[in-house]
Amino acid sequence: MSLVYEISLLLLLLMTAAGAILVKDLMSAILLLGCYSFFLSVVWAWLGAVDVAFVEAVVGAGLATVLFLLTLFGTQPKDGRLRRPPPPIAAVIALPLLGVLLLYAAKDLPAFGDPASPPSVRISPSYLEQSYKDTRTPNVVTSVLMDYRSLDTMVETVVIFTAGIACAFILRRKTS
Amino acid sequence: MVDALAAVFERPNFLTFVIIFLWGFYIMVTRYNLVKKLVGMYLVQTSVIFFLVSISAKKGATVPILLSTTDPVKAIDYVNPLPHVMTLTAIVVGVATLGVALALCSAIYRTYGSLDEEEILKKLE
Repeated sequence: MSLVYEISLLLLLLMTAAGAILVKDLMSAILLLGCYSFFLSVVWAWLGAVDVAFVEAVVGAGLATVLFLLTLFGTQPKDGRLRRPPPPIAAVIALPLLGVLLLYAAKDLPAFGDPASPPSVRISPSYLEQSYKDTRTPNVVTSVLMDYRSLDTMVETVVIFTAGIACAFILRRKTS
Repeated sequence: MVDALAAVFERPNFLTFVIIFLWGFYIMVTRYNLVKKLVGMYLVQTSVIFFLVSISAKKGATVPILLSTTDPVKAIDYVNPLPHVMTLTAIVVGVATLGVALALCSAIYRTYGSLDEEEILKKLE
């Protein structure tokens, strides 16, 4: 049952990503990309990552789509090129080779959902068991983000602030 | 050979990650429209985050919010919260850099009147 659910969600994900890539009209491509983000957040909620799913639905599907649409309203909404020259030969050879290598490495990865996989047994149990004692917050993701790693989160806001300043300076119209 | 194929199909999330990552990368390399390149970049970013979140899954576990604050916590009942924290940061920073890239795109369009890479290069000469 759950495998059927997973496979159909992954197929929807692949189909919306393919649509965003193949559609000629850029406006439709951006809206399909928004759909892709929403399906991604559904997949993440199904995997148990509810905080990541919320952030993706708000920031990925909402804010990124709005930014793309604002750019397209200011520029040309169509990919004007009708015929493309053939792609560079290095990309055609190297990328499938990289894909085969990545898939060949699949059997060394821990099985999907294995509770005894290396990332789940080394350090994360101590966070899960200690965090309520240390921070008095039942949500472990919040307690790691806002308490154990609060300096990282603060510097992340510095990054976003810098990005905002950069956008403001790039888009400033010259007053002559 | 059959082992390797079976290993891939036992991990459908990894297969999806590889397809979206490589396709997005190919779009970044081959397309000439700048906005289309950014669509490819967004696909690459989100596919890597998807891979990291897939690592955190555990069979039969629930979301990392403690069910009871008085009982002792068993780590096997909750999914691994650490990849979630790291990817939260990655999503927000990724969209911030995407915003800067899109601002650069509209500045380029204002100066050169086109978003096509070859036309911009022709006007630069």
